[in-house]
Amino acid sequence: MSNSVNQGPIDKSIDGTVKYLDDRFSTAGFIKRNMRKVFPDHWSFMLGEIALYSFIILLLSGTYLTFFYKPSMLEIVYDGSYLPLKGIKMSEAYASTLEISFDVRGGLLMRQIHHWAALLFVASVSIHLLRVFFTGAFRKPREINWLIGTGLLTLAIFEGFSGYSLPDDLLSGTGLRIASGIVLAIPVVGTYASYLVFGGEFPGLDFMSRLYTIHVLLIPGILLGLITAHLMMVWYQKHTQYPGPGRTNNNVVGYPLLPVYMAKAGGFFFIVFGILVLVSALVTINPIWAYGPYIPDQVTAGSQPDWYIGWLDGSTRLMPNWEITIPGLFTLSLNVLIPTLILPGLMFTILGLYPWIEQWITGDKRAHHLLERPRNNPNRTGLGVMALTFYAILWISGGNDIIAQMLNLSINAITITMRAMLIIAPPIAFVITKRICLSLQHKDKELLLHGEPTGRLLRLPSGEFIEIHEPVSDAKRAVLLSRTELPMLPVPASHDANGVKTPNLWAKKLQRRLSHWWSVDQVPLPTVAELESATEHTLHELSEAQEQGVELTKDTPAPTSNH
Amino acid sequence: MSTNRKTLKLSRFRKHPAAILVVLLVGLFTTGGLYSVGANAANKMTGREAVVDIESIMSDPASIDQGNRLFATGCATCHGLKAQGTSDGPTLIGVGAASVHFQVATGRMPMGAPGAQVMRKKPIYSEEQSLQLAAYVASLSPGPAIPTDEQLDWMDAELAEGGELFRSNCAQCHAFAGRGGALTEGKYAPSLMLATPIQIYEAMITGPQAMPIFNDKTLTVEEKQAVIKYIEYLKDSPNPGGLELGRYGPVTEGLFLFTIVIGALIAAAIWIGVKAK
Ligand code: HEC
Ligand code: HEC
Ligand code: HEM
Repeated sequence: MSNSVNQGPIDKSIDGTVKYLDDRFSTAGFIKRNMRKVFPDHWSFMLGEIALYSFIILLLSGTYLTFFYKPSMLEIVYDGSYLPLKGIKMSEAYASTLEISFDVRGGLLMRQIHHWAALLFVASVSIHLLRVFFTGAFRKPREINWLIGTGLLTLAIFEGFSGYSLPDDLLSGTGLRIASGIVLAIPVVGTYASYLVFGGEFPGLDFMSRLYTIHVLLIPGILLGLITAHLMMVWYQKHTQYPGPGRTNNNVVGYPLLPVYMAKAGGFFFIVFGILVLVSALVTINPIWAYGPYIPDQVTAGSQPDWYIGWLDGSTRLMPNWEITIPGLFTLSLNVLIPTLILPGLMFTILGLYPWIEQWITGDKRAHHLLERPRNNPNRTGLGVMALTFYAILWISGGNDIIAQMLNLSINAITITMRAMLIIAPPIAFVITKRICLSLQHKDKELLLHGEPTGRLLRLPSGEFIEIHEPVSDAKRAVLLSRTELPMLPVPASHDANGVKTPNLWAKKLQRRLSHWWSVDQVPLPTVAELESATEHTLHELSEAQEQGVELTKDTPAPTSNH
Repeated sequence: MSTNRKTLKLSRFRKHPAAILVVLLVGLFTTGGLYSVGANAANKMTGREAVVDIESIMSDPASIDQGNRLFATGCATCHGLKAQGTSDGPTLIGVGAASVHFQVATGRMPMGAPGAQVMRKKPIYSEEQSLQLAAYVASLSPGPAIPTDEQLDWMDAELAEGGELFRSNCAQCHAFAGRGGALTEGKYAPSLMLATPIQIYEAMITGPQAMPIFNDKTLTVEEKQAVIKYIEYLKDSPNPGGLELGRYGPVTEGLFLFTIVIGALIAAAIWIGVKAK
């Protein structure tokens, strides 16, 4: 099936193109091979594409904005067409953003497209990451691409934050001020670092133009390079596929790049683009004119960052106000350092290294091209849900004031509850998820052994009623049987054959313990013999039912006259 | 660009593959444009229900007497018969007519169920009765008076100045768009969308509960008028960007993204997957 490429006019058109290029670059072999490259198909594989398309839309709409935006902190008096700000002193940066919004044709729509696309970009990258995580797509040989992905996510967040800060409105200024507070909190070098970054006291005159270069050149450049590397790697290593009939660890089943996959991908690009334009035309985002210009002594209630920064805001809000002062030397602002630098640093390090961490625990060095169903790896799925819970609690805490306002609750009560939840909820989430996975494994085993219940009842000669089961379909069977057993490491020997002590024995023992814990609860798949006798049994049941010719539906009570 | 020229262009490029996209964009531009057609400004200057002569009520012994009677039945249980205060309510000596009028006309008084904060609700006294109550309390001891029509003459105030004053004096509690915000311990600064100009003025000069007092030195009469003008503008300002999602800022934007936008895209991805089969 992997080579069942549609023959016909389209193939001819490919041949034409290939010939044209070959006449000039003699690349026919390469192109032909790659045009026929097969891509597996599943909606969740589109998540990475949404990220890619929103990035393209960001580049296009952002370019338009650069024509009119001025990254300058010079103070001017506003004289544009937005009356509620007429005559107000503000930075050129803010004034030019107002100009884009009210005086440039299509400017407001472009701004809203750019901002909605930015939110969508980070969101789709994050959901794509979750897809890759929960299906085990990051396993060997794709660890490096996972690492690149982590880099992409980090950069996407920084890119979003830097862009969000450019208009110099009250909300973004408040965000930047917090960022400067974070830089200042770095022990010893904080003050110097802050002077370096901001070119003097915050906000300073230089910073906006530096931030601008970072936002329109530096980060997009790196993103572009990394995305290219990311996609080339997907290309080269081939895409993983979900288990199914005929799909193995050694083939790829799907559609050829041209024309099917290209047509679908192109169509999907326009869907993403269309939805973004529609939303941007109808729904306000970041109404900077309503926030007013940034003035250091002003702040508004409900100051919030964009969604992807919310969790850091939340961690800061949850953090107790701890500070250590070393007299005469410096103050260690743990209340800022832990939630905004140490915690995210730790979280992203663990995220980036996760493929290697899992590999070390399981000792699984095999290459995997077939995706794993989340239930078949309960500990990974559990850890993932645990991390998500942790993140979600931080995220919710970032909006604690809005929640307090909307639900009429005390902000202090919410904060205390969330602190407790941050510690208690993730482990609970882990245990529950793992339990659910294991019971799903049980269910799968039942299905394999006893087939699918049909809802029809059969009366046995003894008078007993049983429900008739049908063997599961081949497609489903292939999925159920796709599970690869999780390896369990052997107990390490304390000495080798020559009596030499094993180095790092404690680490090996720990590794063995973890690998044991990782795989010990797995519900074993039925053996071949068990499967065969089970199938026989089901078929027997069915034929007996046919012989009797009695078919009772589940809903009607068994007629008593038969007794 | 005039519509005429746009149609001409369109007809020429009707067969062009990008035509649908252009039509879509043009359609969206016009829809967006419709939003910016300004809504007319409020023309009720004071926000009072009926035109009454406040000064004469304040000095009329009959209405003070009437106020005394209303007070004895509705307020004395908490504030004491002579408004001297009890364990259930503070003294009202010196709070002034403005405070009483604000509290009664916004339905805060008489206080209902105790909570973190006394809430605005439908007033139970008529405008005349609340003025009589105010006259009675003011007759006990002077305090901030109910603002006069000249003080409330905000229509010609400076809108932009009002915005700036609002952002530096009020937004930290009531939020940039006056939609309100949470304070500590279950307290909150309410949305200002229901407050009438006279109530806004009274709130500033009496500082109810957690709100600070803005006397004429912190905010002059003209500045107070400018603030009122800005709040009135916020009540029905046009939305150049389209739906405003409650003007709560990035939190509601994020919720919209994760529910509607992502939902639509995933539905589309699944739909494409189904189509392929
Ligand atoms: C159930 C008890 C209760 C009743 C009845 C009650 N009040 Fe109050 N009142 C309070 C409390 C408690 C406060 C203080 C809460 C606050 O800070 O707003 C208060 C505050 C006030 C204030 C604000 C005082 C200031 O410092 O500015 C005014 C004015 C007032 N009440 C007037 C009245 C009037 C007029 C009535 C009758 C219509 C009334 N109250 C009925 C309990 C009550
Ligand atoms: C420190 C926070 C704070 C600041 C600053 C503040 N307010 Fe308030 N405001 C409050 C609180 C709290 C209440 C609710 C009082 C109550 O319910 O008794 C309130 C109530 C009001 C009300 C009554 C709303 C209603 O619907 O009844 C108005 C009007 C008002 N404020 C206007 C203003 C204006 C105008 C400014 C700026 C000049 C301002 N406030 C500044 C905290 C604040
Ligand atoms: C700018 C951001 C990103 C873009 C544009 C992007 C794009 C893509 C695309 C188009 C694919 C193929 C289709 C798919 O599987 O969805 C893909 C695959 C992949 N991505 Fe990303 N991605 C981004 C970020 C990330 C992140 C944050 C991670 C994880 C940390 C990641 C890890 C992977 C992996 C491991 C694969 C291979 C999946 C497989 O073969 O099943 N990517 N990416």
